[in-house]
Amino acid sequence: MAIVVKRPKLSILEKMYLPGIIKGLWITLSHAINRLRGKSKKVTMQYPEEKWDDQLPEYYRGAPALVTDEQGRERCVSCQLCEFICPPRAIKIIPGEIEKGDTWEKVEKQPATFDIDMIRCIYCGMCEEVCPEQAIYLRKDYVITGESREEMVHDKDKLYEIGGVRVGLVNKWNELK
Amino acid sequence: MTELLTILYSLIEPTIKIVVLVFMVILPMVAYSVYAERRFSALLQDRVGPNRVGIPFTKISLAGLGQPMADGLKFILKEDLTPGHVRKFYYWLAPALTMVPALLTCAVLPFGGHLKLPFFDEPFQMVIADLDVGILFVFAIASLGVYGIVLAGWASNSKYPFIGGVRSSSQMISYEISLGLSVIPILMIYGDLNLGSIVQQQHEKGWALLPVTLDGFMPVFSFRDIVLLVPLLISFVIFVTSLFAETNRLPFDLPECETELVAGYHTEYSSMKFALFFLGEYAAMIIGSGFAVTLFLGGWSLPFGWGGNGEESLFWGLVAIGTFFAKVIGFILFFIWVRWSIPRFRYDQLMRLGWVFFFEIALFNILLTAGILMFFG
Amino acid sequence: MEVLFYIFSAIMIVSGLGVVASRNPVTSAMCLVGSFLGLAALFIQLDAFFIGIIQILVYAGAVMVLFLFIIMLLDLKAEEKKSVNYMAFAGGLILALIFMVQLSAVLSNFEAGDVGFTPRQAQLTLDKDLAGLPESANEKLREDKLPDVHLVGRMIFTKYNFPLQVVGVLLLVSTVGVIILSKRKLS
Repeated sequence: MAIVVKRPKLSILEKMYLPGIIKGLWITLSHAINRLRGKSKKVTMQYPEEKWDDQLPEYYRGAPALVTDEQGRERCVSCQLCEFICPPRAIKIIPGEIEKGDTWEKVEKQPATFDIDMIRCIYCGMCEEVCPEQAIYLRKDYVITGESREEMVHDKDKLYEIGGVRVGLVNKWNELK
Repeated sequence: MTELLTILYSLIEPTIKIVVLVFMVILPMVAYSVYAERRFSALLQDRVGPNRVGIPFTKISLAGLGQPMADGLKFILKEDLTPGHVRKFYYWLAPALTMVPALLTCAVLPFGGHLKLPFFDEPFQMVIADLDVGILFVFAIASLGVYGIVLAGWASNSKYPFIGGVRSSSQMISYEISLGLSVIPILMIYGDLNLGSIVQQQHEKGWALLPVTLDGFMPVFSFRDIVLLVPLLISFVIFVTSLFAETNRLPFDLPECETELVAGYHTEYSSMKFALFFLGEYAAMIIGSGFAVTLFLGGWSLPFGWGGNGEESLFWGLVAIGTFFAKVIGFILFFIWVRWSIPRFRYDQLMRLGWVFFFEIALFNILLTAGILMFFG
Repeated sequence: MEVLFYIFSAIMIVSGLGVVASRNPVTSAMCLVGSFLGLAALFIQLDAFFIGIIQILVYAGAVMVLFLFIIMLLDLKAEEKKSVNYMAFAGGLILALIFMVQLSAVLSNFEAGDVGFTPRQAQLTLDKDLAGLPESANEKLREDKLPDVHLVGRMIFTKYNFPLQVVGVLLLVSTVGVIILSKRKLS
């Protein structure tokens, strides 16, 4: 059923366009004047100097990173679930044993290498969701730049550098997270 | 041989004027009006605009004044793509045909009164060609500007550019008429087609739209000039609106309106060829504002008959040139202001406005002016 | 300044040949525009600024744009494939030749063809202060310049006023006719 929209009946002044045009010109000009007097609300951020970092929401998904626990132990046990779940296949893990003599030698494994290709990463957060050990998190870093493809691949050292230490009980599904 | 030498000698002065006006004033003005457009539109919309590019390899940004240079460099360095399906010859010809007429018209633009330089007896006239048919020359050359757009639309050999070309040709032909008719009252009042003498008369008697001179602090005006303000204001409105249509600026930029035609007649163009269209539009805008200023707002003259025309001293000559360019810049800012305030007209509204309203009003206006002139003798 | 005459004549002749010789109608139209520009330049060289400018304004700026507008809507590929009509070609050639012979015959018997002629001189033999011209135009005449716009206007609106009005009415009639033709419904 077609809806018939009735055209509004315009008065002669409205048909002449001119009052409307002058009104529009006045609105834009008043914006310019307010801006010149510094009265208008500042909207634009001048990016490299001004950043939005302190206003990033809690749920912001930045660069994925690995974390260690209080004892400085790698949380990742190289189960490779994140590698499998990763939609763009940005993660590449080679599992390895923990060195002999380490306190945690007998407990778990750890990745020998853990690479995330940041050109491929789509910041979906699947890796964080799937990780059984709560070892990988999406941090708030978003300035990920490099001059070559090799530079854009984050290796294990870089990932731990971004991730840092995650202290306290980590239980993914409760409030503390 | 001596004849040839005298010819060459007589060419020196116009050549210097052409080089200085076109290459050192108009073209940089074109580049910087793009910058002005971006900054001023940002102001109108509570944004910032380009404010970064300054002196290369330093942190000095100069409020972004380096932006036009960077843009120009970008246009030159970009890949120049010629699509396979275009008609090559006209495809290459079209950008030049838009830029050249726009720059040609500034030959008759009086950008100052006279300039009395030291070591020269005669003051120089600040116009490249002091033609007696100045205004007609402008209309003639400006009407050639359609070819660039029409040929671009046709040579691109695809749908959107073609529609853009067809639209622009009918739009520009329609508005040329009201543009020409709206100028006629001015010609009737000043009795001359020479732009230089029109400005000289406005200098002596006050601007066309401000026909008041000051004697000490007492305003001097004639009743006839006040009555003539009515037709002059009407023709000013028609002239300026038609100028918007002629230069394809918003609210009349239907030949290239993005929402309907991608980019209109220059959809298939890239790199410097696109830049020529882009800059041609701005050049036409600058020269058009130059003519609006010359015809209606007193050209290079100060208001109220102040100052001189530069025949007396170098100082007043320089003031006249400065006044002219200040007015032109003001008018360009008006162009930009309108562009960022008023939405685009529909095509039928545009045609209706041109043919049904402006054409008739301009004709009636000529009659009105003639009546007033006859009544006051 | 004779060099300029030859340059613009050459432009006119070359683009005139282009009009008839080219297979592409758009090229023909653009050549015609070039020819008009050359013609305007020749007029301007003869001090007839007004005629020269009007030549550009009316023919190059308005009439040819409309022509181009129509040509663009044609199917040019079909147009280019059309074979040459040799009869029409020969007929045109013969007509042009006859016209040239006639022209040269007339001009060789015409004395003014030999006399050096500058329109400025001819003009200034007239009465210098033509009545009815504005003061600025009279001033120009006194300075040995030709205020040709004023002179043309005066001529049209005084001596040839009636023919001008007739032409105006004729144009009006044709405009009305076009509107009626385009509005008429096929019933």
